[in-house]
This record gives sequence, C-alpha cells and structure tokens, in this order.
Amino acid sequence: MSISVIFAVLFYTATFILVAGLIYRIRDYARTPVPLKIPTTPAPITRTGVAFRMLREITVFESLFKSNKWIWILGWLFHFGMVLVLLRHLRYFTQPVWAWVDLIQPFGIYAGFAMAAGLLGLWARRFLVDRVRYISSLSDHLMLLLLISIATTGLLMSYIPEWHTDIVALKAFMLGLLYFDLQPLPEEPMLLIHLGLVVTLMMVFPISKLLHAPGVFFSPTRNQVDNAREKRHLSAWAAKLESSE
Amino acid sequence: MADFETPALTEFQLVPHIKKGAMAHSQPYMAKPEFQGDLGFPGELEDGWEDVAVKKLGELTSKYRGLKVFLDCCVKCGACTDKCHYYLGTADPLNMPVARQDLLRSVYRRYYTFAGKYFPWLVGAKKMTKDMLDKWYSYFHQCSQCRRCSVFCPYGIDTAEISMAAREVMDAVGVGQKYCNEIIGKVYKIGNNLGLPEKALVNTLEGLEEDVKDDTGIDVKFPVDQEGAEVLLITPSADFFAEPHIDGLIGYGKVFHQAGINWTLSSHASEAGNFGMFIGSYENMRRVALRIREAALDLKVKRIVVGECGHAWRVAYSFWNTLIGVGHGGDDPYAKALQQQLDPNYPAPQHIIELTYDLIQKGALTLDKSANDDQRVTFHDSCNVARASRMGNMPGGQFVLPREVIKSSVNHFFDMAPETIHENTFCCGGGGGLLTDDLMEIRVKGAQPRMQALMDVVQEHDVNYLAAICAICKSQFSKVLPYYNHPMNMIGSVHGLVSNAIQLGTKQ
Repeated sequence: MSISVIFAVLFYTATFILVAGLIYRIRDYARTPVPLKIPTTPAPITRTGVAFRMLREITVFESLFKSNKWIWILGWLFHFGMVLVLLRHLRYFTQPVWAWVDLIQPFGIYAGFAMAAGLLGLWARRFLVDRVRYISSLSDHLMLLLLISIATTGLLMSYIPEWHTDIVALKAFMLGLLYFDLQPLPEEPMLLIHLGLVVTLMMVFPISKLLHAPGVFFSPTRNQVDNAREKRHLSAWAAKLESSE
Repeated sequence: MADFETPALTEFQLVPHIKKGAMAHSQPYMAKPEFQGDLGFPGELEDGWEDVAVKKLGELTSKYRGLKVFLDCCVKCGACTDKCHYYLGTADPLNMPVARQDLLRSVYRRYYTFAGKYFPWLVGAKKMTKDMLDKWYSYFHQCSQCRRCSVFCPYGIDTAEISMAAREVMDAVGVGQKYCNEIIGKVYKIGNNLGLPEKALVNTLEGLEEDVKDDTGIDVKFPVDQEGAEVLLITPSADFFAEPHIDGLIGYGKVFHQAGINWTLSSHASEAGNFGMFIGSYENMRRVALRIREAALDLKVKRIVVGECGHAWRVAYSFWNTLIGVGHGGDDPYAKALQQQLDPNYPAPQHIIELTYDLIQKGALTLDKSANDDQRVTFHDSCNVARASRMGNMPGGQFVLPREVIKSSVNHFFDMAPETIHENTFCCGGGGGLLTDDLMEIRVKGAQPRMQALMDVVQEHDVNYLAAICAICKSQFSKVLPYYNHPMNMIGSVHGLVSNAIQLGTKQ
C-alpha cells in the first residue's frame, strides 16, 4: 500500500506543477506586450490565414520541413507517435472507454515504435552532426534520455510477456486517482519506473524547453497578421511615449 | 587587399565544419562617451554594470513578448545551424543562430529561470561577466538581423530580436557601437545619416537637375521643402550622392516627372534609414522616425513614398504606423492628426517600387527596354524587404513587384537559384549596422553565399548587373564584389534601370 500512496502523492504533485506551471507561463506570455509588428513575411494578411499558418506549423511542421528533412522526419515521427500513444493511454483513465480510443488502439502500439525511433534518430544527430553536438547541453541529452526511457519501458511492458503488468489493477488505480478513491497500484518494477519517469516529465515541463509547446502559439513572427499599414498596432507602454509629449 | 582570406567559391554551397573561435577577434569600434550621451546612454562601463545589464535584460523580456518566448522556446534542434550567411562564410560556431542566441539565453537562464538559477551546469546557464560581455560585443555585431534563421525555425525564433536586445543591454551599460550610435547622433543634429546639411542638400539636388538636363534635355525637378506637394519622398541619404545609389534617385525623379506627380524631399527629414532599429532601441527608433511625421505635417503632403532601402522599408512598412502614425486605421487623436491628411486611396507609406509598378500597370510610363540591352540583370532580394515587409496587396508582393519593374525595363533578366532568393534570400553581408570598415572581414566573409549564387548566374547567363533596392546592399556590394573578382560597378539600383529605359518627353 505504501508504494501506492507514494505514487498517488507523486501524481497529484506532478499534475499540480504541470497545470499550475503552464497556467502561469501562458498568462505571463499573454500579458507580455508585443510592441511591434514582426511577422516573418510573406505572412497571411487575415486572421484566418494566420490560423492556417499556425495549424500547418503544429501539424506538419512547415518551417522545419523547409529547413532540414532529417530533423523534420525524425521530429514528426516522434511527435505524431507521441500524440497517438497519449491518446491510446486514455483507456486507462476512462470507463467505459470511448469508442474512438478503442479504434486507435492498434495504431497506438506502432506509434510507440515510431516515437522511440524518432527520438533515437534525434539523439544520434546530437552526436553525429558537429554543429548540433556543439549546441547541445547536458539537459538536451537528458531530456531525450528521459523520453526514450519512457517509450522503452512502455514498449517492454507491452511486448515482453514477463514484464506485462496487471492492466486492470493499473486502471483501477488511475480511476481511483481521478475519483479520490485510492486503489492499490501493481508493484512491477518496469511499471513503477515507467510511471516515475512520466511524473518527472510532467514536473519539468513548465521549467524546461518543453515550453515550446505552448510557446509556439505566442511566437509573434508566426501569429501576427501582416496588416501594419492598414491597422495601427500600439502597446500600452509605447502609447505612453505619445501622451508624454 | 586585406589580412584575411576571401572565402573560396565552390561548385555548390558547402556547409563547413565548425572552427571554434574563427571570428572571435572581430569587434567594431566602440562609441565614444560623448556620442553615447546623445542617445540617452551612459558613456562607458562603470562599476556594478553587471547588475544594470541583468536588470535591463529582465526589463526587455517583460516589454517584448517575442524576446521572452524566443528565449524559452528553443529546443536546440539544429535546424538553423546552417542557415546564417556568417556561419557559412566563417565556420565560427558562434555564428550559428542558435549559438548566437545562447550567448544571451545562457545569461537569461542564469538570472530569470528556475533551472538556470539552481542547476546552471545542467542547462548551460552563465553569469554576466566581462568575458561574456566581450563575446556579446563580438558576436552580436556579426549578426545582420536579416531574419533568414527565423524563416527556418519551427517556432519562428528570430535572432534579429535577440541581437537587438543584446545591443540594447550593451548600450545600457555604456558599451555602444561607434558606427550606429554616431550615425543616429547625426540624424538628431542634422537630419540624415551622412550629416549632409540643408544647404549642401539643396546644392546637390540643383547639380542633379543640371546633370539630367544635360543628359536628356528635359527639366526634371528634384524639389526640396515644397509645401503642398502631393508626395513626400523619404529616401536614404546615400541616394543623394553615392554611386550607384544616385542613379536610383534620378530614376525616381524621372518617374515622378513623367507621371506628372508633384513631389518633394524634406530637408528636415532627409533620411529614410533608421539605425534605431539596429540597436534595438524603441525610443531612438521612434525619435528618428518622428522627423518624418513632423515633415509630413509641415509640408501638408497627401502621400509618403519611401525610396530604395531595405531596413528603412521595414521600419516604414511595419513600424511607422505604430511609431509615428504614418499609415491608416488609427482611431486615436495622435494618429488621426496625420492620417486624416493622408490620401486613403494610396497605401501609407508606399514604396517607390509600388508607385512605379502601379504607373506601369496604368500605362503612365513609356519604357524602352532596349535602352538596357547591354545589361544582363539579376535581382538581389534585400533581407528586410523580403522577410520583414510587403509590397502590393498580396503576401509575397515584395518579390513580384520589383521583378516586374525590372522586366518592364530590361530584356535580359535571370533569377539566381531558388534557395537563395525570395524568403530564402541571403543577406549582402553588410546589413544590421555592420556596414563599417572596421568590420570588413565579416562583411566579406558573410557575402560568400550571395557571391556563390551570383557566380552561378554569371557563368550560366553572363549576368553583368546585380540590381538591388537597398542602400546598404548597394554600398556593401560595391565594396565586396571586387574581393570575389567582379567589377564594383556591377551593382546598381532597380530605378537606375528604370532611369535608362524611361523615354522622357513622350508623355505629358
């Protein structure tokens, strides 16, 4: 029971840090003024156009595609794989399981491999390409190690019969967390490592470069409409310079 | 010619392996204390400057969302590492956009992030030290703020914004760059970057009228301070006497003449350039631009047209409406005071290329392409026009309009390779406040990717005229072309071509 309690506390703490941290960050970004029009042009001249530009950036990584096909394919494999894997994991938090979550189960399994392959490729670049080696700090390597470990422990539990975990009990534990009704967590080491790493990832999210996920939506070079001549764009602190004259 | 080696041009553009410290010695001259004062900056480094710098950095991240997001977001994917012309030309790893940003990001992390405060060794956070300041001074003056990296970054991180912030922090502790800051001082005292006083300007323009008369037999006017003129032309002061810039000015004059547009220059605002942008100072950028507002109000003009200049067009197109209310759509008294005077049928401001293009479309100009038959032309997209502004009413018009104007004036036009033009264009190597002799090495080396692309069209199509619409590009290429075995007069204005082709006296 004690391990269940420890993990329950860890999950609540990590969720709090993740949610509160992201809310703080997003509010901070939203409240920081944007005094000048700086879209990278050619840029859309309507809000709808900007919405499509942003959609292309976050779904097909448009700028990265222009930039480097290796990083693009590896990064996209990782991110798209991760999205499917995360969606697949919804079955551990929902009862009954939503129909569309059932539908993507088979793909979710392959997505785990895609995610790991993408991550390994990205890590290889940090050693093999001298320019990328130069810009990588310890945290950049550890972040990849963390994500790869999460993917690997997950895949090992799925594919090595000896490391299968009691999914029914695990789901009961997770639902218990949601309904504040603590249930025992299966105590297989591989599961505990997997969950421990996930908790770590949740906690470092708002204090690390993982902030690129909310940050991209606030990037003025991508989210501004190119209409500087048609509309006056003025931030509060800049307006004060005018009233002081 | 110099104590460094001009980069070799190869069969195709190579991405070099990193050579640490290759350009660590490159630093521009520092501004003297008396010039710093003109801009509201301390004269020199004083005790306790580290705290001032850190505080200034914090202030900037709270005033500029872009800066804060860019500092937080980078995942070090490496997409930008082979995109900077200065990296391609020097192989110095600190000229990779991400590494250049990291010079500032490491300090930001040390003082303003949880991870950097408590685990600096983990995330590469660093203290603000003299050694760091020296690196900043060196490498933030090896960035031409061309925004090429921002095109390729998956989050749109713009190194230009970071280098502007770094320069502003340096100015705040009394470490300013001589070239930029002394020029801004000249604008405050005299009205233009060159320090050309009103009388000299008037004399120059009178001489120009005589030259054009001798050449064409037509009285083309170059008016100054004509109250009630329809158009106020704001052009880089280099257009008044530098080669090949002046051919462009003659071209504008001929276009206005043939179209019958009543126009004027202003002696008060005789400069389109705005180096306040290069040093990242909103206040100085605004103060420089204010002269244009004042001139427009004084002269009661209906339209404001901007001559060929890259960063000036960025400031005009993207920032003037914000800074000084030159534009449309303002609903505050400050903006209205000017916007009600401006003609809503024309964009404000309007680029001279837009004006000429519209006149060509309307058939208002008579152009004889064969007058340029000895020219085989290619076009260099200037970075600030390409990636920080627009022309016309559709995205990408900044690529189409200048080419259409050129093609209406010449028979032989050839574009450079697609990965080196439009939004992918390579900087001339002299933008962003680097157009000074004390930075000649980085200027020559940074021009390498552009020179590579140019060599290809020279070999394939016998191109002999490199057309540009930027005063800095024109000056930079005049200096740099000979290093790559091209004649310096290969560079020319787009309106220089228009000037050759236009048949004065054929229309009234």
